[in-house]
This record gives sequence, C-alpha cells and structure tokens, in this order.
Amino acid sequence: MGWFDNGWGLSLIVFLPLAGAIGLLLTPRKNEAAVKAISLLFTVATLVLAVLMAFRFDFGNANEFQFGTSLTWIESINSGYHIGVDGISLPLLVLSAFVTVLSVIYSFNHWPEPHNPKGFMGLTLVLATGMNGTFVALDLVLFFVFFELVLLPMYFMIGIWGDKAIMKIPGFNREAETRLYAAIKFFLFTLFGSAFMLLGFLALYFKSGEYGTRTFDIPALIELAPNFTGTFAFLVFAALFLGFAVKVPMWPLHTWLPDAHTAAPTVGSVLLAAILLKLGSYGFIRISIPILPEMAKQWAPAIAILAVIGIIYGSLACLAQTDMKRLIAFSSVGHMGFVMLGIATMTPVGINAAIIGMVAHGVITGLLFFLAGSMSHRYHTRDMARLGGNMKIMPIMGGILGFTAMASLGLPGLAGFWGEFMALFGAYSPLAGLNTTLFRTAMVLGAIGTVLTAGYMLWMLQKVNLGEPSEEWGDQHFHDVDPYEMTAWVPLVVAIVVIGVFPRLVLGATNDAVVSLVTKAFGG
Amino acid sequence: MNTFTNLVLAAAEEAEHSIEYGDGGIFAEWAWLLVIVPFVAFVAIVFFGKRLPRQGGEIAVGAMAFVFIYAAILFVINTVEGVVFEHSVEVARIGSFAIEWGWVVDGLSSMMYLVIGLLAFLIFTYALGYMEGDVRPTWFFAAFTLFAGSMLLLVSAPNLIQLIVGWEGVGLASYLLIGHWWEDKENSSAGMKAFYVNKVADIGLVIGAFVLAIPVGSFRISDVLDAVVGNSGDIEAVAFWGAALLFIGAMGKSAQFPLHVWLPDAMAGPTPVSALMHAATMVTAGVYLLGRMYPLYAEMAAEARVPVLIIGTITLIIAGLLAVVQDDIKKVLAYSTVSQLGYMVAAMGAGAYTAGLFHLWTHAFFKGLLFLGAGSVIHSVHSNNMSDMGGLRKPMPVTFGTFVAGTLALAGIFPLAGFFSKDEILAAFNYEGYTAVLVIGVVGAFVTAFYMARTVFLTFYGTYKGHGRPHESPRVMTMPMVVLAGLAVVGGWVNIPGLYTGFTDWVGTRAQTFAEHHAESFDWPVVAIGLTAAFLGIVAGYFLYYRDEETQQARDSFRIPLLWPLLEHKYYLDDLYMNGIVTPIKGPIARFVDWTNSYVLDGIVNAAGFVTRALARFVYQDLDQRGIDLALNGVAYSTDDLAGRTRLLQTGKVQQYAGATVIGAVLLVIGFVVFG
Repeated sequence: MGWFDNGWGLSLIVFLPLAGAIGLLLTPRKNEAAVKAISLLFTVATLVLAVLMAFRFDFGNANEFQFGTSLTWIESINSGYHIGVDGISLPLLVLSAFVTVLSVIYSFNHWPEPHNPKGFMGLTLVLATGMNGTFVALDLVLFFVFFELVLLPMYFMIGIWGDKAIMKIPGFNREAETRLYAAIKFFLFTLFGSAFMLLGFLALYFKSGEYGTRTFDIPALIELAPNFTGTFAFLVFAALFLGFAVKVPMWPLHTWLPDAHTAAPTVGSVLLAAILLKLGSYGFIRISIPILPEMAKQWAPAIAILAVIGIIYGSLACLAQTDMKRLIAFSSVGHMGFVMLGIATMTPVGINAAIIGMVAHGVITGLLFFLAGSMSHRYHTRDMARLGGNMKIMPIMGGILGFTAMASLGLPGLAGFWGEFMALFGAYSPLAGLNTTLFRTAMVLGAIGTVLTAGYMLWMLQKVNLGEPSEEWGDQHFHDVDPYEMTAWVPLVVAIVVIGVFPRLVLGATNDAVVSLVTKAFGG
Repeated sequence: MNTFTNLVLAAAEEAEHSIEYGDGGIFAEWAWLLVIVPFVAFVAIVFFGKRLPRQGGEIAVGAMAFVFIYAAILFVINTVEGVVFEHSVEVARIGSFAIEWGWVVDGLSSMMYLVIGLLAFLIFTYALGYMEGDVRPTWFFAAFTLFAGSMLLLVSAPNLIQLIVGWEGVGLASYLLIGHWWEDKENSSAGMKAFYVNKVADIGLVIGAFVLAIPVGSFRISDVLDAVVGNSGDIEAVAFWGAALLFIGAMGKSAQFPLHVWLPDAMAGPTPVSALMHAATMVTAGVYLLGRMYPLYAEMAAEARVPVLIIGTITLIIAGLLAVVQDDIKKVLAYSTVSQLGYMVAAMGAGAYTAGLFHLWTHAFFKGLLFLGAGSVIHSVHSNNMSDMGGLRKPMPVTFGTFVAGTLALAGIFPLAGFFSKDEILAAFNYEGYTAVLVIGVVGAFVTAFYMARTVFLTFYGTYKGHGRPHESPRVMTMPMVVLAGLAVVGGWVNIPGLYTGFTDWVGTRAQTFAEHHAESFDWPVVAIGLTAAFLGIVAGYFLYYRDEETQQARDSFRIPLLWPLLEHKYYLDDLYMNGIVTPIKGPIARFVDWTNSYVLDGIVNAAGFVTRALARFVYQDLDQRGIDLALNGVAYSTDDLAGRTRLLQTGKVQQYAGATVIGAVLLVIGFVVFG
C-alpha cells in the first residue's frame, strides 16, 4: 500500500470527485442512469478511500501529517503541492466524503427544479473536490485554490436550483428573486472575506522571505511563527480573520447565511451547513492559530465576545422565525458560536470541543436540512403556522425530526453535547494569560444560550410535529420517508448516536494533534 | 479500586461500627447490565413493540423485572457485607481530562437501584392495565423504559459527566412523557416547561461540575471527594461555589422553590409517569446528588448547606400550603411531593445525610402508592377533579384501603413508614439546633396530614358527584398497590433508633468519612410533637371536609380567607416567569433581534451592494474604462450575467469554471508576485 500512503491515496480522495465530474461531462444529459451511476461510483469510491485512510491512520502520531506528499507545483513562487492529514483534518475529511455520498443518494429521488441531474451532480462533485482539498492542503496557495473552488458550484447551486419566490429586500423599495439575491450575497460576502485572506497569505509569503526562502508552506510558516509579531502580525491576523469569520460565519458577518441556506436546494443547504461552514473554523485552527499564535491570543477575547453574541443572537433570532428552514439556518449561527468559543479559549479542551462540535454540527444540521427539504417538498410550504401534527401525518419523518432536534439542542448522549459542553468547559479555564472573568462570563452566557437553543428547538417541534394536523392537510395523501431518504438519513442518525456515546471516534484522532498544536503555539 | 475507595476502606476500619467491605463479586462487575438492559429494551420496543400482543409493554415489564431482581441481589450483598465497587471505561480524552462511562455499586447506589427497580417493576405492571387502549402505548412504554435506563445511568455514574448525561436523559424522558398526549397543546407545553426549568437549573449543575473538576483534574466523583477529604489541590478555594452550583442543578430536578413550578404542570402526563418519575424516583435525583456529593457538603463546603437548608425549608411549607387548595387530586399529590422533597433537601442542609435519604426511601413507597391510587380513581371516574368524586370508598375498596395506608404513612402516623423518616428529620433539626426550621417542619407535618385527610374525605366519603358508575380497577393495577401499601407500612422499620438501624449502614458505606449524629434512641419530645401535629391535621381535615352521605349538601368547601387568593395564584410565580421572562424573550426581544438582522446588519450589506452597483454604472457609463468595467462585472453585475451563465452551465461545462478558478487564482498570485 505504499502508493496509498505517500500521497496517491490522499490525492485520489481529493480529485476522484473531480474526475467523476469530468466523466459526467462526457455523459449525455439524457442518460440519467449513467449520471447517477457515475456520481455514486466516484463519491462512494472517495468515501471508501477516506475510511480506509482512517483505518490506516497512525493515531499514535496523530499530531504528524500522514499520507502526504510535497511536490513542486508553481516553482516561480515556491508554492508546492503539499498535502497531508493529521488528527485535526482526518475527521473533517471523512465527514466531507460521508456527507457527499449521502447527498448524492438523496438527490436520486429529489432532483430540484429545473430538472438537470447532470449539472447538479457535476456541481456536487466539484464541490466535493474543493471541500476535501481544503482539509488536506498544506500550502497556502493550494488552500486558497480549494477554498475558492467551493464557491462557484455553491453559487450556481443556489442561483439555478434555489428558491424562486420573489422577496422584498428589507429596508429598500426593491424586489429580487430569492435565489439570485441569496446567491450573489453568498458569493460577494465570501469573496470579500477571501480577498483579505489572500492578502494575508501574500503578506506571510513575503515576510517569510526575511528568514530564508519565501514560502507558502504551512508547516514551514509554523516554524517561523515566533517571528510574526507586532503590527504586521496584527494586520495579517485581521485579514485572515475576515476570510475565515465570513465563512464560519461569525456575528456580525453572518447575514449571508440565513438567506443562502434558506434559498439553496436541499442538498445545497446540507453541504453548506455540514461542510462549507467548517472551512472557516478549520482555517482558524490550521492556519491562524499555529502561524500567528501571539496574535491569536491577543484576538482571543474579541473572538470569544463575537462567538457569544453569535450564540445568543442566533438563538433569539431563531425564536422569531416563521419559516422552518430559516429557523434551522439561523441555528447554525448559534452552534458555530460554540465552535468559535471553543477556539477562542486557545486550550486543548476548547479546540477539541470545536472540532467535535464541527463534526457534530455537520451530521446534525445536515440531517435537519434534509428533513426540512423533504418536508417542504411534501407540504409545499415551510411556514410553521400551517404545519403541525406532522407526527400523525408522517410518523417516521416526525420521529427522525424529533430525534435530530434533540441532538441539535445538545442532548447529552448524542453528538451535539460534547462540542457545547466542552466549549463551555474550556471557557471556564482559558489559556493562561487570557482574561478569566471575560471568558467565564462568556461561559455563563453560552450556557444561557443552551437554554435558548432548547427553547427554539422544542418550540419548533411543538409547532411542526405535535398537535392535530390542520384541516388543510386532511384529505391529502402524504408519503412517509422513502427508501432514498432512509438510505441517506439512517447513517446520519447512527453517526449522531455513535459519536454521542463513543466520542473517541473524533476525539481519539484530534486530541494528540490539538495538544501538540497548542503546546507548540503557546508553550507547555 | 481507586484511591478514594481505599481511603473509605481505611476510614471504615477505624469507624466504631466497622463493616467488612466486599467488592461485590461478579454481580458488581456485571452491574452495567442494570443500565444496558433498559436501553436495549427501549430500542427493541421502538422497533418491534407494535408487533407484540401488549404493544411492547411486555418487553418493558420484563426489563424492569430484570432490573428489580438484579438490584435486589446487589442490595442483599450490600446488606450482608457492604460493597464498594467502581469501574470506569475511558471513551475519550479531551486535553488531559478523561471522558468515561462506568458504574458504581456501593450502599447509596444499591439503595437507589432497589428503589428504582422495585418501583419501576410495580408501576410498569400497573401501567399495563392503566394504559390499555391508549393512543400510543408502544411509544409510552418505550419512553418509560428510556427513563428507567437514564435514571440508572445517573445513579450508577462514577463521574460527573455521566451523571449529567443521565440527568438530562431523565429530563428528556420527562418531556416526552409529560407531553405524551401531545394532541393537546396544553400537555406538550407542560412538557416544554419541565424541560426549560430543568435546563436553567442544569446551568448550575454543569458549571458546578467544571468548578470541581478543574482543581482536581478529573470529573470522577471519587477523585473530587478524595481531594475534598484529603484537602489536596486547590479544591478548598472553590468548594463552596462548586457545592452551591451543584445545588442549583438539584433545585431543578428536585423541584425546589422557586424552580418547583414545573412539577405540578407535569401532572399532565399519564398517572404511572407521575407515580414513578414525578414522585418516587426522578425528582429525588437532586437529593441523590446531594447525597452522592455529601462529603463535600459535610465540612469543606459546610456554608453551602445554609442555602440548601433555607431553600428546603421554604419549599416544604409553601408547597404544603399549595396542596391544600387544589381540586385536582394529582396536583394535591404533586405539591405534596414538592413539600416532601423540601423535607429531604432541608435534612441534607441540616447535615442529616441518612435522614434525608431515609425519607427518599419511604417516600418512594407511599407517594408512589398514592399516585397509583389516584390513577385508579381517575381511571374509574374519568376526571382528575375531586369535585367529580366522592363516596368511592364502597365501589373501590382496594383503592380506598391502600390509599388510606399511603395517607397515614405520608402523614407520619406510627408505625407507618413516613413516621420514622419524618421523625428522624425533625429530630435532626432539633439536634442541630435549627429551632425555627423544626417549627416549620412541625407545621408542615400538620399541613401534610391536613391536606391528605382532605383528599381522602373528598374522594372516598360523601356521595359520588361524577358521571357513570365507578368500579374497582383490574387486578393488574390493584396488585402493585397492595404491594406498595405493604411497603408503606413496613418500609420504615429498617431504621428504628435504638432497635435496628440497618438503613444507616446500607447508605453509609461511602459516608463513613464524615461525622454524622445518629441518635441512640428516639427524641421523645419531637416524636410527641410530630405525632400531635399529624393527628391534629387529620382531625382538622375531618371536621372541615368529612361528609356524611346524608348531610353532604349542607356545607360548602372551607377556604382560608387571606391566604387563599395567594395560593390560588401559586404565589404568582408562574405569572412572573411567563410575563417577566418567557413572553418578552419569545416576543419583542426575539423580534427585535430579527429586525436588526434584516434592517441593520443586512441594511448595511444591501446598501453597500446598491452603492457599489451605482458606482459601477457611473464608472462604466461616464468613464467608460474597459479595464474597470471588466473587473466590476464579476462583482456587481453578476445578477445580470447569471442567466447567461446558466445557459452555459446547462450545456454541461461546469468544469470549465472550476478550471478557470484555479487558473484565475494562480494568475492572480503570479500577478501579485510580478508587480508586488
């Protein structure tokens, strides 16, 4: 398996989906069976390789990059094709491959309008390459390329297959088609952030020249970390912060999220929530903290404050929603707030919490968006005032919705608990030198946020699932969960339970890597 | 065996009544089955229950029979030789902290296992009859089994994380079962209320766990208590806060003032649920927590016992008074439960560890019994209101007989179970010198006897005021009541000062490390006062509420003039919470936040978009510079281009864009390098 371990395996995980997309390109649009077969084959192959990698991964050396390779790529700027996975990226990589397969399977029976499986699957596959690539890139240029590569397919997904309703732009006397407004907003917001991020990368590149050869190499830059101080480092951190914070998204840069999630087709929302949001928080852990530890520490209180505002603000906004999908979308603001609170503590506990929180949010909120999509597909509305009594109309779907809502509100024993609980635990004793009072206040507010989270989740369940069905649905026939949905959802349900009961599945990979990262960045 | 266990063993050898401790042998090693079996049963009921003749109820009862028998074996082993066994399995590390699942078999947990197993077995059996013909019996038994599993997970927890997992697990089951008949919004709202109030209290539990875990470097309860007893590390500095915060958690689950408001509403659930969860077991989790962490409260955090004592005392009296004014028989019992939990908590606060747990033990029997009796009555008359009852003594003799036994036990009449446990609590108040608390406790005893007498007279005497013809419940329901009635009589005989104090030893295996007063004999003045108060309560109830069949119409219900309105409004606490907290957050505050999102934050974004676009038009039309035009196209004019791009895309050339992005990004970088 030598070929697998020294770069080929990982490269295949990244580029197999792209190869599948090329294969789709050569397939006639009419031949839907072939489209399905190709997209399933390539995503399943990717998942198999990712799982194989998890089995071959040396957890004893989880802090080291494995399965990697470093090749010359763009010699003129000394940017290399440097890839590898460590304990931090491995769970996210597997998550990405996992959710992609489920999205493909779900799509087989839920093609969004306009009907174009070839285009839709093509974009999904390109998206997969971008997501997987971001998690394994160890070169800033490569990272940037994959990070941006994600943008286009998602933009088109929302723009073409999104919600066609006409919306009023609040505060302006204008109207726009929801999908167009949301797509543009998503695109420009992210582009705005990543423009700064690119500037930050370039600044690091030129600065690194002062200590040897200019480099984009992430491990090499981490070695130079003690040199990055003062105003330079402050500005670079600020630039990277903008890029990553938009993606997470952190308050107040989150406003693209509710629109994009709500407007996107179901699979788009799922991938957006499950994977794309993690690119930002992953960037903080992979790039910002290890390369600019001093600045990370300096910015930590600000990050914590914004994170807590996100938790409270997102939860309160959820309570005001009437649209089920938009409520779930807003819940991401709160949940990612916990992830960022964990990161802000700069401790092994907090950063581990952030990663398991990311994985948990991926499976839980991904499943919630699947459910919201399937429900609005059947009811032709997402208005919670019109829904109700779903447990009577579609008991299986209602049951899964209830289960997932419980997981989302952080019920202990399910996946969502660890991220929340440990983020708060981290905030109780942040990195030495950080303001304990501030972080403990953040902890208490975050804990209040968990109450609000329970508040809107149970409220949603009451409105959607419980009570008697309204007469509107009386004489209609509803189809409970179909086999495609079952195939896509059961693995997520299982993952939620298994991670909840046996968190080592994630923490076993991340802990050593995180401890080593924190030790390296902030000393013993 | 860990260090704390060793320490206990060492201390035990020096203790006066030294007990030989065993490790419980194979039964302790396999005690994890207690926890796993209910969860397996839960899954089995969910997936296969519907296909079975009793809709899954047989799996649930079978699992509880197993738990009961296993718990009884552990209990016997502990009684014979005393057991301290603890085993943990690490399931993850986070930083330097271990996340573990495990189980504890010691005196305290064995006692709880037995209470849970016995009560669950009896009440599940009762539920087979009670829930017959229900809309969704399968789900009922599934959730009920989930509760049992979570409760056992909580009690068996060797560390605070597992305790929290079980703690919130029983909260989930409580939410599900209170709202079991969720067609009615009132029921699901009651379930939500229980969940929210507990979630608020859990903030205290969770942060309390943090506070204690940090200086010890471990979430293990034995490590924490080890540090407390040995005063190692920095634990002394945080002991008070840790103890006080854990108590906030206990206040939620054990329905202490002012967080008791969820428990009366929880009566919306089926009566077996009220009996098992909201009387006998789940609500005692807070008392159990205090007991489990008692070495902390004993000395190092002794100041934290002051609020515990105060809250418990307030709770026992205010809830007792509320029970007096209820017409709903289940609400009487619910407030009574709150009041009795107040006794237990106050006992813990006064330093009477054994007395508090002893009352938990006896209360489980007679309050479980009273709820089953109430359920039997409700089953028969199809109403919760005592104004629809009356005269049921004759058509329901078994229910009547057992209910009276439960009533006398709760009122604390010698020699029934409640007499011994309540007397021990009052004696402890007296011994510790808390005279005011003792007085309130005695008044509480009077009130308890009074409202129970009222309930018995309104329900079983006078003439029947309801509809239909009341009938005795089937044997599957009455048999558990008879068994519990027996226990309500004899359950207190396990801790008689001067005669037999086995209970003290059972729960004492871990509590040997702190000093606690154990009376050599009864505190006779307290016995006399307590019995007099109970007797007077019953007599007062008789005079005010006893109705002869003939004179029944003559008198109206009695109402205490000044207190009544206050009590009818439940001290206005619900109004305060609703109008002061919930409604503002759900209404104006949430709407305001959403408004700022749309109009302020998005307003800025949209304004920036429109300005950029206008600027781009201006530049293009007026300056007409091709370079600028090109750059802005990608940004501001994307909307207009989208249709065109869409058409391109639908020809299947998606990948061109991906390639273009890569190339574009690379070109951009090269550009920066060349010109930068």
